[in-house]
Amino acid sequence: MRVALMVPCYVDMFYPEAGVATLELLEKLGVEVDYPFDQTCCGQPMANSGAVKQARATEELFVRNFAAYEHVVAPSGSCVHHIRNKFTAAADTAERRHVSAHVWDLPEFLCDVLKVEAFPWAEFPHEVTLHVSCSAIRGLFEQSMSERPNDPWFSKPRSLLEKVKGVEIVDFDRPDECCGFGGTFAVTEEAVSAAMGNDKLERMGASGARYVVSADLSCLMHLQGCAHRNREEFQFLHLAEVLNGKVQ
Amino acid sequence: MKPIDQARNALAFLEDDTHEHAFDQLIWGLRERRDAAAREVPEWEQLRTLASEIKEHTLSNLARYLELFEARAKRNGVQVHWARDAHEHNQIVYDILSSHNVEWLVKSKSMLTEECDTRAFLGQRGIEVAETDLGERIQQLDDEPPSHIVGPAFQKTPQDVADLFHRVYGSDPNRPDPVYLAQVMREQTRPLILDAQAGMTGANFAVAETGAVVTVTNEGNADLSANVPKLLICSVGIEKVIPGVEQLAVFIRLLTRSATGERITQYTSHFAAPRMGGEMHIVLVDNGRSQRLADERFWPSLKCIRCGACMNTCPVYRRSGGLSYGSTYMGPIGIITMPSVDIHRHSELPYASTINGSCSNVCPVQINIHEQIYEWREVMGAKGEFSATKKAAMKVADKLLSNPRAYRVAAEAGGSALGVLPRFAIYNRLNAWGRRREIPSPAEETFHQWYARNRTGAAQPPETPAETTEAKAVDDERA
Ligand code: SF4
Repeated sequence: MRVALMVPCYVDMFYPEAGVATLELLEKLGVEVDYPFDQTCCGQPMANSGAVKQARATEELFVRNFAAYEHVVAPSGSCVHHIRNKFTAAADTAERRHVSAHVWDLPEFLCDVLKVEAFPWAEFPHEVTLHVSCSAIRGLFEQSMSERPNDPWFSKPRSLLEKVKGVEIVDFDRPDECCGFGGTFAVTEEAVSAAMGNDKLERMGASGARYVVSADLSCLMHLQGCAHRNREEFQFLHLAEVLNGKVQ
Repeated sequence: MKPIDQARNALAFLEDDTHEHAFDQLIWGLRERRDAAAREVPEWEQLRTLASEIKEHTLSNLARYLELFEARAKRNGVQVHWARDAHEHNQIVYDILSSHNVEWLVKSKSMLTEECDTRAFLGQRGIEVAETDLGERIQQLDDEPPSHIVGPAFQKTPQDVADLFHRVYGSDPNRPDPVYLAQVMREQTRPLILDAQAGMTGANFAVAETGAVVTVTNEGNADLSANVPKLLICSVGIEKVIPGVEQLAVFIRLLTRSATGERITQYTSHFAAPRMGGEMHIVLVDNGRSQRLADERFWPSLKCIRCGACMNTCPVYRRSGGLSYGSTYMGPIGIITMPSVDIHRHSELPYASTINGSCSNVCPVQINIHEQIYEWREVMGAKGEFSATKKAAMKVADKLLSNPRAYRVAAEAGGSALGVLPRFAIYNRLNAWGRRREIPSPAEETFHQWYARNRTGAAQPPETPAETTEAKAVDDERA
């Protein structure tokens, strides 16, 4: 199987190791991965601000870069949510629809397409908290949500993390409350955003775990920023890094 | 008028640590109780779907149900009035009151009269209105608008209320005990109710089949306001009509469970006819509703039954306080309602959200609230309701992110790797990201460079294209 890897702009610049881990992990699982060289961003920062016109060229560039592939995989729930559900700035062509219908957040791709059963190479003997982003929960339905208490419980990212030897996932209060990143919200409402981040860290910290794992680095970038400012000792990792087995 | 700066108002609320924390805990507690109540009802999600469908059906046949409601109410001996907007509503209410020489009336909670600013209108004309809902009365005494649609004074701690009552009534400031404070209020308000010449209520529902106005309360104050004086006026938004009592049952099961987690309130009252020897008026108010109904994107907000669940779950609302929105309706429902009243004034409200989607999933009538927030942003973009810095930032982002070479230069030119993310990050206030957070450090090597080095041979350094120069020019201009 040949897929295209999308590396979101902030992963490219700030967390390249997560991009590398995603690439290596997919290759270990027997997938042939292409990295379209001209990729930049999915257009979400503009579209999310309401600037539809200004998102158009970037979205159309994305379509040109990725339309030829059977699947597109990205280690970022919020980008995938945008491309799948909000990709309306780009012209409505067959290519655009193909890209929207075939883009996957990494946990979805592993669970639903590859149906991975084990990560025999991975071991992570630590207590961790798992943060599943709002985009992943309420946009991509990767996990049941606390708002619908009668739905059967499931979680794609958690089911993957549980397959790693030694990992102990610890729960914390208000697990699916938004962490406060919210894209440009993080700056237009920086005070509320930081308050939400600090509250999230406080609840995670109370669980005793010092590793925070997520498939959405945009949330982690924000939480890391809050934690470092307060000199708190958290370690932040992308799910792909743990599954790839290179972090100890 | 300048747009309401919700972010700045929120900052003031946040800096007051005690209130922010107490408010978040109190309101989150409501959300938790709501979850527990929903868990008890296995058919909860079906109920939500049903409620949504009933509302959609009624709104799609609004004229028919309103006319039926009017006919039934008239048959019951009620006088029905129609008001196009807030001013007409207030004028009708004033005319009724002044024809009865009313100088003094009691009122139970009604968001519609807040929307119409009825108390001030009547006050200017010499008619005094006393609120009878505990929370609303507290806000009235403190000269503040409601901070929550269900609990208008949720933002105040018991100590705040003890201090306020001490100031106004001379009660003991050292007893921040809710039971004591409720008693003080009861002693102060009961005489007002007994002496009132007229009563006003809002409506949770208007039942077309019976012509009755239904209120759902815990304090019984709506019943007192409605039944003690001989003259009763009910203000009803036209979207409040529902077909019949059978449909009402669906909403009653959902409303209080969603609002506070209670299975039912103390009082669910049907006001169908004037009391013996009295008069009852119903004022049906449009005030922008029929215009919103005609709007393809935003009409679903009219399904709202004002339970407040979207506010309770909203992490932004809980940390900014209800007054920060500077508008009648606050939190998620406020964000999607207020711009249709005054777009410019409320142009920043759609940004007071992370669009996390929690609100839509607690909403008992399944309003797609977070999607509407997103769409309101698009409206703001299309109507040019952007600040100059936001406009400039969007232009730069457009140019940079749609041009792979320009983007590479920005992403990889050493320290200016910071250039792309913070370009969004700092667009409205200088270094807003970094005020309370560390800025992520750029990696020594981007993924792109790593890939070029490890998988495809030598990296190809991009040339500097014209766009980057332009992007830089906009930056310099802003600096
Ligand atoms: S929008 Fe929905 S959740 Fe919010 S107050 Fe209205 S009915 Fe309740």
